Amino acid sequence: MLEKIHINIKVPNETCYLGLIGKIGEDLAHTLARSAVNREVLGYELNTVLTEAMANVIFHANRSDPTRSIEITLSVEGNRIIIKIYDEGHGFEAANRALAAPCTPDDLSERGRGIFIIRSLMDSVTYRRMNGKHVLEMIKTFH
Amino acid sequence: MQLNIVAYPQAVVISVQEARLDAHNSPELKTAILQQFDADKANLIIDLNEVRFIDSSGLGVLVSGFKNASTRNGMLLLCSMQPQVKSMFELTRLHRVFDIYATSDEALLSLKDVTL
Repeated sequence: MLEKIHINIKVPNETCYLGLIGKIGEDLAHTLARSAVNREVLGYELNTVLTEAMANVIFHANRSDPTRSIEITLSVEGNRIIIKIYDEGHGFEAANRALAAPCTPDDLSERGRGIFIIRSLMDSVTYRRMNGKHVLEMIKTFH
Repeated sequence: MQLNIVAYPQAVVISVQEARLDAHNSPELKTAILQQFDADKANLIIDLNEVRFIDSSGLGVLVSGFKNASTRNGMLLLCSMQPQVKSMFELTRLHRVFDIYATSDEALLSLKDVTL
């Protein structure tokens, strides 16, 4: 049977929720029915990409404004995990540029590794406008 | 953020007593590192034994400390890294930048001939 899970979460635009959201991603990986999946590794990867993407939204799109909120959906459809993070903020062009050209991680810069990490761990990453909002969509296929 | 800070003759060991080192708490580690530099302690060892998760912000704080130590002719060493944390250093290739030791004792030993 095709596994289908859909989780919808809304949290304030604050870094204190990073651990909670990361943990939900990690726990989701541990519930997957497919026995061939390395749940430990997948869970850590989901924790990582959720943390990175959410921090990006908090600081850049939502400009650290605690009155804003972040919407996150986590879906499992068969052998695909689809994560969507919605923001109503700014920085759309800059975010798209960063996605197109992630930093070279060899350098000693203190920032800019987040997008590189997300791109390395997920199979597909897009950032687009949708119904007046911006959505960062990350997809991972597992076997 | 819980940090355990112990000064030895050749270096200060900062042990991070948190399971996560992320964008929420890494600024506190940055402040603690800068306080050591301000106190003229140029050799630091960051013990990551308790850390199970690190994000790009946590990595950035360690890179910042590494560069700061270098400009003061000191060193910032890492030790006691858990496998998941090490995987993030490998993914971002930062394992080639830092000297990483199995334990804080080994890191301290590597600095035993350092003249302060």
